[in-house]
Amino acid sequence: MRLHLQIWRQENPSASGNLVKYTLDDVSEDSSFLEMLDLLNEQLVGKGEVPVVFDHDCREGICGSCGVMINGLAHGPSARTATCQLHMRTFKDGDTIQIEPWRSAAFPVIRDLMVDRSSMDRIVQAGGFISVRTGSAPEANLIPVPKGDSDEAFDAAACIGCGACVAQCPNGAAQLFTAAKVGHLNILPQGRPERYERAAGMVAQMEAESFGSCSNYRECEAVCPKGISVDWIARMNRDFLVARLKGIQGKTA
Amino acid sequence: MEMVSTSRSANWFLALYSSALGKKTVMALTGIVLFGFVFMHMAGNLKVFMGAEAFNHYAEFLRAAGEPILPHGAGLWMFRLVLLTSVTLHITAATQLTLLNRRARPVAYVRRDAVQLGYAERTMRWSGYLMGIYIIYHLLHFTVGSAHPSFSAANPYGNVISAFQAWPVSMIYIVANLLLGMHLYHGLWSLFQTLGCNHPRYNSWRRVFAITFSVVVTAGFLSVPIAVLTGLVS
Amino acid sequence: MIPAGPLADKWTNHRDHLKLVSPANRRKFKIIVVGSGLAGGAAAASFGEMGYNVECFCYQDSPRRAHSIAAQGGINAAKNYRNDGDSIWRLFYDTIKGGDFRSREANVYRLAEVSMEIIDQAVAQGVPFAREYGGLLDNRSFGGAQVARTFYSRGQTGQQLLLGAYQALARQIAAGTVKMYPRTEMLDLVVEKNRARGIVIRDLITGQVRSHAAHTVVLATGGYSNVYNLSTNAIGCNTTAIWRAYRRGALFANPSFGQIHPTCIPQAGEHQSKLTLMSESLRNDGRIWVPVKTDETRAADQIPENERDYFLERKYPAFGNLVPRDVASRNAKTVVDQGRGVGPMKNGVYLDFADAMKRLGRDTIEERYGNLIEMYQRITGEDAYSTPMRIFPAPHYTMGGLWVDYNLMSTIDGLFVIGEANFSDHGANRLGASALMQGLADGYFIAPYTVANYLSAHLGEEVSASSDPFSRTEDEVRQRTGKLLAANGTRTVDSFHRELGRIVWDECGMERNAKGIHHALIKIPALRDQYHKNVRVPGRGAELNQELERAGRVADYFDLAELMCRDALSRDESCGCHFRSEHQTDEGEALRHDDQFSYVAAWEYAGDGQEPRMHKEELSFEFVEPSQRSYK
Repeated sequence: MRLHLQIWRQENPSASGNLVKYTLDDVSEDSSFLEMLDLLNEQLVGKGEVPVVFDHDCREGICGSCGVMINGLAHGPSARTATCQLHMRTFKDGDTIQIEPWRSAAFPVIRDLMVDRSSMDRIVQAGGFISVRTGSAPEANLIPVPKGDSDEAFDAAACIGCGACVAQCPNGAAQLFTAAKVGHLNILPQGRPERYERAAGMVAQMEAESFGSCSNYRECEAVCPKGISVDWIARMNRDFLVARLKGIQGKTA
Repeated sequence: MEMVSTSRSANWFLALYSSALGKKTVMALTGIVLFGFVFMHMAGNLKVFMGAEAFNHYAEFLRAAGEPILPHGAGLWMFRLVLLTSVTLHITAATQLTLLNRRARPVAYVRRDAVQLGYAERTMRWSGYLMGIYIIYHLLHFTVGSAHPSFSAANPYGNVISAFQAWPVSMIYIVANLLLGMHLYHGLWSLFQTLGCNHPRYNSWRRVFAITFSVVVTAGFLSVPIAVLTGLVS
Repeated sequence: MIPAGPLADKWTNHRDHLKLVSPANRRKFKIIVVGSGLAGGAAAASFGEMGYNVECFCYQDSPRRAHSIAAQGGINAAKNYRNDGDSIWRLFYDTIKGGDFRSREANVYRLAEVSMEIIDQAVAQGVPFAREYGGLLDNRSFGGAQVARTFYSRGQTGQQLLLGAYQALARQIAAGTVKMYPRTEMLDLVVEKNRARGIVIRDLITGQVRSHAAHTVVLATGGYSNVYNLSTNAIGCNTTAIWRAYRRGALFANPSFGQIHPTCIPQAGEHQSKLTLMSESLRNDGRIWVPVKTDETRAADQIPENERDYFLERKYPAFGNLVPRDVASRNAKTVVDQGRGVGPMKNGVYLDFADAMKRLGRDTIEERYGNLIEMYQRITGEDAYSTPMRIFPAPHYTMGGLWVDYNLMSTIDGLFVIGEANFSDHGANRLGASALMQGLADGYFIAPYTVANYLSAHLGEEVSASSDPFSRTEDEVRQRTGKLLAANGTRTVDSFHRELGRIVWDECGMERNAKGIHHALIKIPALRDQYHKNVRVPGRGAELNQELERAGRVADYFDLAELMCRDALSRDESCGCHFRSEHQTDEGEALRHDDQFSYVAAWEYAGDGQEPRMHKEELSFEFVEPSQRSYK
């Protein structure tokens, strides 16, 4: 199939970028979206041009490296699908595809479609862990965890940290990511002792990272490749408010 | 690593308000106050269907609320003060958050589509600001009277009837209340999220609650100008 | 080197006598950890907690993205929660037998021993393992074992364990004990008088090449299946770190031992960039078959029962579709080579749920495999409920790696190698659910003790990256990247990688023979010469340059591929995943020659253009009797 691509090219964080048009022929409909970009890049290299920079690694939807806006949608038109798992049969011969990087003050563009998401790591550093030293753990079956809680914790922990939630949010908010990280640990008995410090600290770090605020639009949930529910946001808000009622401010990373 | 700093300062509220999530909380709490008010307001408006005497009596009751402990009109003014504070906080927080959200995406997308974002959510900001303008008009219209061609402080019922008989005025109220309905629809669901009211068993009811009350409030408000326009009430 | 005494006491005795570093002295030591997967992340976090001064490097933009995250199945531990007779000994025995008796008894026993602590640690970190309704941990069974000892988190166990290690690491980063360097690739090891002094890295954003010095260097850089170009590994997985260490004097053990996983989605076209694994669990309910005829053109549902060949059930009536990975893979290759492959490229075999759906109902199949069937649908566009899945083996894990002693230290003093990057525990074949176990065992429970033991002898030594060996190594790195950029030829890096991968896959893949390997040993150097003359790498070195990153990795793959072939050639027997077609039983199974090949082949770099020297570490089996595997 033949595709008309419009790809955001930007040389460095401070340069101004623009959409550049490419026409790409002989794209196999069995190839993935990233393989389509590989094909473009091979042709660009062949022509002596600079290939398009984009993040990617596992290409099986779990590492969370990849992610671009495809025709105005984070990870493109297929639900619960990361960019690497999006396949070209979703598109039609002759389609025009617009590709932009995630856009957020907290995700500065490094080059082309690659952005800096270290802000998400710093949110985790502000409390997204259980303080347990290697070797100090009690026997694993000592603390029973209700199956329902354990399953729910997994639902939140399935987050791949791709940043699509931030990218799609009209406000550029990181609520869903942060809430998933907070929720995974706060629902488990192991995570209870640090529950409120965690919520307060991670929210404080999130706000310090120039993300926007949540207007409960639920666009994040709609594009999340793991289908993480906005219910986690409500739970995080509750833990945050309780923390504040208890006078716990939390510490940023 | 020491993670906790537990200072119960007197500036607790300011500390909360300084965070974005704190501002959202304030919006949700003031939203509850304002929703409570519009609901009662709507219920009071329905007195119009019981005739001039009932309606005027109700209007007078509002002014007398709190008597004899409070002087005449003081209850109403206290109530107005609460409302004014709520509206001010609600609008200020919304504006600050809007500015914050603008800063959060300094370079706009060439294209960003909405996935499930509805009309109500998308227009929240503008329905809010338009509501603010409408409230000023509404106060000048029915409370102060300066925007009313034949205002009579002694006859609220007459004020209502004569105002709504002019269809352009009715249209303003109808459009404004439709906006209010949309604003309430998203706001009523949203406040549960913001305040962390979440339980798998009851979550679906939050949406039902939001739809029911936004429809009831809107229908109640709309019924008055429509009744006047159609001659049902005169 | 291996501690004396009864098998069960070796590790305890050894650990009791390892030297310690006092808490006050720990911050005076600098430790470099390269890689942030299960092994590297766990080690860096543990060192940080202990109070050492740690620098951790990864090429991804976040340590949470290391490829351990993609492991699906689970992690073994001899907890015996099922009361089915499991024990440390049984886990040890299954692992050493699964490795076809080509691994060290003492190492494997230690692995089985610490497996328990790993589960405790992970649970305390908040890893949401599957649980039963009583709230206690659930187990499932996995290939090569008769007990249920595998702990799992749906099909994303690797992700959950890595997040546990990542969170522990994040805690140390916040505490200031670990300095994290993401988007940074190690390009060389700095060695002075056979002692590891530090590493030379390239900042992938700026292109800056610089050195980091430390008292010890721990490599946790994973495996090298991407030598095949198409594998289940992440695109960025590479051999550069361990290959450069090899060239600086570390021995490379058993390089030809690579595991080919039977249930992957077949290649769909020339531009495919990677292969996707589908959990092995599919074989529990799916029946594997191909058409009897070689020129079959009918759709699967049009082929009558008597014209189907359920080849695994036919050849292995006892284990059927559940034979071990290597056996399943090899048989699939055989039928595809016979021209009976299915799919548009005739490169797969069917995995059919029709019978299971008839027996159990569609709902049950959906409940068990729904997420996998959905993933398959996304990738292939086919609905596995109505038409059989197509699967084919793909390179998945490399048992070979840098040679390490019982303390996980390589032959370079102060260079430790942990996780998939070393060769230590899996012999010639790795059992399912034991890669996660080994990575975490090394990172949490072995390296922290053995590295301390090493450091204790170096108290008071200053480290600095300004000495001569550092600037020399940096220069060599710059020359290497400069050479790749200067070739300015006509072919892309990827096109060379595809061609190299094809050669290695054909001649040193699932099945090898002397003729083919000789062939490869001619083709690989010729292609490598072409590569260095004719590769085109656009852009500059001192900038973000993804083509240059790839070019450096592929350059090292050429050299590694050659060593793999040499190793495969010199091991003139079959064992585990190393199947030499000259050495098979009458039934076509791997035929070991314990009398000649019961050793670890550890290769020493002897200079460019020189044949590497092979050192043998004889394997002695004091506690188990090597036997012929049989799954009939």
